[in-house]
Amino acid sequence: MALDKNGIAKRIAQEVNDGYYVNLGIGIPTLVANYVRDDISVEFQSENGVLGMGPFPFEGEEDPDIINAGKQTITTLPGASFFDSAMSFSMIRGKHVHLTILGAMEVAENGDIANWKIPGKMVKGMGGAMDLVASAENIIVAMMHTNKRGESKLLERCSLPITGVGCVKKVVTNLAVLDITSDGFVLRERAPGVSVEEIVNATAGKLHVPDTVPEMNI
Amino acid sequence: MINKTVANVEEACQGVASDMTFMFGGFGLSGIPENAIGYLSKQDIYGLTCVSNNAGVDDFGLGLLLQRKQIKKMISSYVGENAEFERQMLSGELDVELIPQGTLAERCRAAQAGFPAFYTPAGYGTEVAEGKEVREFNGKKHILEYAFDADFGFVKAWKGDTAGNLIFKGTARNFNPNICGAAKITVAEVEHLVPVGELDPNQIHIPGIFVQRIFQGVVYEKRIEQRTVRPRE
Repeated sequence: MALDKNGIAKRIAQEVNDGYYVNLGIGIPTLVANYVRDDISVEFQSENGVLGMGPFPFEGEEDPDIINAGKQTITTLPGASFFDSAMSFSMIRGKHVHLTILGAMEVAENGDIANWKIPGKMVKGMGGAMDLVASAENIIVAMMHTNKRGESKLLERCSLPITGVGCVKKVVTNLAVLDITSDGFVLRERAPGVSVEEIVNATAGKLHVPDTVPEMNI
Repeated sequence: MINKTVANVEEACQGVASDMTFMFGGFGLSGIPENAIGYLSKQDIYGLTCVSNNAGVDDFGLGLLLQRKQIKKMISSYVGENAEFERQMLSGELDVELIPQGTLAERCRAAQAGFPAFYTPAGYGTEVAEGKEVREFNGKKHILEYAFDADFGFVKAWKGDTAGNLIFKGTARNFNPNICGAAKITVAEVEHLVPVGELDPNQIHIPGIFVQRIFQGVVYEKRIEQRTVRPRE
């Protein structure tokens, strides 16, 4: 069975290590916070200016002055801090954030990512994504393997305007975990019950398949 | 102490005119200078260039200025919440420059701090880098970005004193501190205006030297864009 969005988030949560400061993008990445082991210490950064994000507030306790980058009302945990936008991006550009997890419309076998614009159709802007992908050393993309028309989102080259050059190292989709190397995509894990053939068929970019490809352990 | 207090938003906005460049604090609708935006949206000033991370929603925030077609050009990082914005952009009525959020913050900060320009890796190899100078540092490509040059900066703080010292609250801080002192005139509106001496100097986020005019804001709607809650157990 291909994973749902929560399944993708659950698998990515295994990449979050003790002591990490983590930036989560909008969409599937936001769900990762729900699955991080509770025996490790992790702080979530939101680029609008908070470190130490907690869960959503209880009804009636929403504070319009405390939101995340998706403009959702949030809470903070003990030890949290607030800061201005320039300092927030000092954390990001200065490589103080250990892990960035974000969504994408396309990823290419050379590590390029596109997630901010569909010419003539959708122009919402890049927000902090270009700063994040240009500086983060550890970027994981969370996305569905194919788009709504069934076309692969893992390509030889991005067809949409790119957000960053050669920056993605790992992709977790509803079908697979893949690394991006100088030799293109490398298939590392399969979603439970998903065959290698299925993944090969859903991947348009160059895909290297090792002799054994274990199932994800989630 | 130098007194920066003005009586109201009208006095605070004295000197605004058509074709000027304004900077606005706020992220989404959080921490926006509601009083200044409301006032500006009722003035006969047009052809404005506005620097703001977002463009408000259709009937609030900078959406109010967009409705009256007062804005000629927007410089933002994310504009996804405003249908009128999208319509004006796609029809070519509105000129839009989308730039990375960190670059936007740093172009404010550079103006505040007296740096004419800086290099950043954000946007290298993308549409954002088109026509910009590229330089390599430590094996990595960077692009040259310039400080903003604006006439007015409008910010909103939680507390302020008559000397213009400011304290922000929560994530309503966002771009507000970076815009203070980045334009020729910084106008600060606050929820609580207090006499000098009441704020602890250790707790001040922005010293009054960066603020030219300060006033007590009147009503704050503080609209929430995405109300998200969890059930009580």
